[in-house]
Amino acid sequence: MTAETIIQSLASGLLMGLLYGLIAVGLALIFGLMDVVNFAHGEFLMIAMYATFFLFAFFAIDPLLSAPLVAAALFVFGAVVYLLIVRFAVRAKANAGMVQIFSTFGLAIVMRGLAQYFFTPDYRSVTHSWLGGKTVSIGGIFLPVPQLVGALIAIAAFGALYLFINRTDFGRALEATREDAGAVALVGIDKNKVFALGWGLGAALVGLSGAVMAIFFYIYPDVGASFALIAYVTVALGGFGSVFGAFAGGIIVGLVEATTALILPPSLKAVGIYAVYLLVVFIRPRGLFGSM
Amino acid sequence: MDTAFARSRRRDLIVALVLAAIAATVPLFVKDVYVQNIMVLTLMWGALSQSWNILSGYCGQISLGHALYFGIGAYTTALLFTKFGVLPWFGMLGGGVISALIAMALGYPCFRLRGHYFVIATIVIAEIGLLLFHNWDWAGAAMGIEIPARGDSWLKFQFPRSKLPYFYFALVLACVAWFVTWWLENSKWGYWWRAVKDNPEAAESLGVDVFNSKMGAAAVSAFLVAVGGSFYAQFVYFIDPESVMGFQFSLLMALPAVLGGIGTLWGPMLGAVILIPLTELTRSYVGGSGRGVDLIVYGGLIIAISLARPQGLIGLFSPKRKEAAR
Repeated sequence: MTAETIIQSLASGLLMGLLYGLIAVGLALIFGLMDVVNFAHGEFLMIAMYATFFLFAFFAIDPLLSAPLVAAALFVFGAVVYLLIVRFAVRAKANAGMVQIFSTFGLAIVMRGLAQYFFTPDYRSVTHSWLGGKTVSIGGIFLPVPQLVGALIAIAAFGALYLFINRTDFGRALEATREDAGAVALVGIDKNKVFALGWGLGAALVGLSGAVMAIFFYIYPDVGASFALIAYVTVALGGFGSVFGAFAGGIIVGLVEATTALILPPSLKAVGIYAVYLLVVFIRPRGLFGSM
Repeated sequence: MDTAFARSRRRDLIVALVLAAIAATVPLFVKDVYVQNIMVLTLMWGALSQSWNILSGYCGQISLGHALYFGIGAYTTALLFTKFGVLPWFGMLGGGVISALIAMALGYPCFRLRGHYFVIATIVIAEIGLLLFHNWDWAGAAMGIEIPARGDSWLKFQFPRSKLPYFYFALVLACVAWFVTWWLENSKWGYWWRAVKDNPEAAESLGVDVFNSKMGAAAVSAFLVAVGGSFYAQFVYFIDPESVMGFQFSLLMALPAVLGGIGTLWGPMLGAVILIPLTELTRSYVGGSGRGVDLIVYGGLIIAISLARPQGLIGLFSPKRKEAAR
């Protein structure tokens, strides 16, 4: 193992890690807002990937251009899911935690079933997109262009999210609601509206990452499941509810995955991620940046 | 002591005995192998969910990683039998003891975690187990283990000709899991567990040994689930990592209890009796085309029940009892 291969895999790990962060941040945002873990998060990613695929296949819109469209569509979808399901789940008087887990998990199963029904279980991929399959050499290190652009989009999205939360009225309403949902009602903020918009925003972020993922990853009904667990680990590693934690968690997960792949057989690369998660929470039971 | 409570417990026991006796006679009338198969699965999942309910329902430590213990039970039995010729009965016991020990070893660091951190830790640990079995060549790796047919006997726990012995064993397993729950419900442990679930800090300050309560619940729960896994291996004759340790098994164990009524005596069995036949029937009638309709029905049902009856379906039967148990 030369120094070059190590740097090479760490660089790809970093890019992938930023994307993991982008996939996970919607989850962190929603959890921070209302203490709900969306167990259909992976399926949100899955439909975003399908949306990108169909826009490409039928209208020849490149994923880079369709990304905002997909994000907007997912925004609406996220808000609708809140209004139709989650709104009632959080009202449950008994077993609130269980109801949240299983109502969103039931949604995940339905979405997978619908994807199988309408899109068939076939593997699909976006071929001949602008970025697909291209690599770029930076100082002797070869980087895949889709992941590189995806990582840049992730950084930009995190930056925009930071400004959005801190500088806009809606962002402040979001922060205020997460602080004390009862008190904001007194100052005339409609809690349900904020929650619905929060779900929309969280879903839009995963929509954005889905559009990027579609450039270089196969698309099939169960694709979400493989990324969902990584997203949960990313969020928990960073600390539930912390948007910055998701960013940092993503980078750590990407780097750890790349490092594990250097040491262990490829089929065991996820073991490194899981082991690091356990190690971190055994030492810090609230994750790295968890505030609770 | 409290006679109303003692009476209701005695009534539970009598109802259980009557139901078990009725269940035992059902195969005398129902000869259809397909239906018998569903009955075996229903009893098995009922027993598994009942065992899961001890840790996650009564003690409140939600585990979505119980597939690990199920898999260890299945693998211990299958490996001991195929590699060393050890009878499945010993494998069953061995798998249970190993699982209980592993549950305590894992519980030692994990029970410090709360809420979602704990849930994700259980998922992640089971996934590590899955990946390790995937790469463990001696245990068949991804190819799995086929259990060779060695005749038709209770000694070897193999019955190629009839589902009935499996049915009766599954029935016994379900009764044992139910009885253990019934018995523990009114023991010192049962009270400790509910106290730990409701408010660990308050429980601790009142002298409940919170940590050991969780360890005890984990051990009992893992032991029973492993016995179920061991039974499953003997029932299907073939196991591979995905088919006994996959994440879906952890969920399948949790679902009947959640739908029937988590942390209740009758919830898991009620949930299994509704859920498992429904799953199997939708799978064979609308799922055969591989087009996902079974998933849509199944998932829709989970959403509907969890939103409409958050306390579980058991509340429909005896609302008073539910209140009394709180």
